[in-house]
Amino acid sequence: MSEAVSALKSAEYQGFARVSECGLRGMITVRGDLASRKLTKAVEDATGQQMPKPRMVNTDGPSGIAWMSPDELLVMVPYADVTGKLAQIDKALAGEFAMAVNVSDARAVFALNGNAREVLAKLSPADMRRSALPAGEMRRTRLAQVPAAFFADADDAFTVVCFRSVAHYVFDLLKAASDPSSDVGYF
Amino acid sequence: MLILHCPNCGVMADETELTAGGEAHIKRETVGSDDAAFEQYLFQRENPRGVHFERWRHTSGCGKWFHAARCTASLEVFGTYPAQTVEPPKEITDKITAKRPGWSWRSFS
Repeated sequence: MSEAVSALKSAEYQGFARVSECGLRGMITVRGDLASRKLTKAVEDATGQQMPKPRMVNTDGPSGIAWMSPDELLVMVPYADVTGKLAQIDKALAGEFAMAVNVSDARAVFALNGNAREVLAKLSPADMRRSALPAGEMRRTRLAQVPAAFFADADDAFTVVCFRSVAHYVFDLLKAASDPSSDVGYF
Repeated sequence: MLILHCPNCGVMADETELTAGGEAHIKRETVGSDDAAFEQYLFQRENPRGVHFERWRHTSGCGKWFHAARCTASLEVFGTYPAQTVEPPKEITDKITAKRPGWSWRSFS
């Protein structure tokens, strides 16, 4: 079987913030009734994380659950486990009006360290103040011309998720926005 | 710049995150409707200077549709509400009445 690689093979850039592509991540999109106990148990068992409140994300390392819309979750698992976890979720959702799909290879993930809020504020219309977007809140928005989602951890490091087909475009955007001479100093 | 509160995900979304979906509360005509009703459904739209009701989609966010009530002259937003309704909720019409006494829009006032 061919070897799976991420879109940019862990490319990195050091500006006033550090941009690095995270390599392969296991991602499963789950759609259904998020109030359902069966669905909640399925995703909690698969990740070991609690069901997030609206707009929030619960993560621990590579495993996590993110609230994406009133009927959609993003389940994150290690890439090697994704097939097994998907089968486990499918089995747990038997009979439920819900759907789980492996989208791992349709996505690219970037880590932003340093003054990440400054970088993202240049590219998206989202309110990037800490009070408006605290740690652990998933913000689905756009980066320049493409859809993206991002959230901060407790140390204010951001994880940025976009479609794989625009991974290079997003990497170029993040590079330009974190150019050392372009620090606005607002955040 | 228009900033609308998305009632589905709770985000304050700016115009560039949204897609305009045209006029709100249009009744769909179907088999058995006469020509005048079809003309109304397909072609006749309000274009008011003042209170207006619109549909918007949070395209670059949660992807859901919602309704917005706003003033086309001042860009003041009176409120947003879920798409699963055929008329604006009372709290929205009350808010509009407080700010624009005597307003009317199609069959609402």
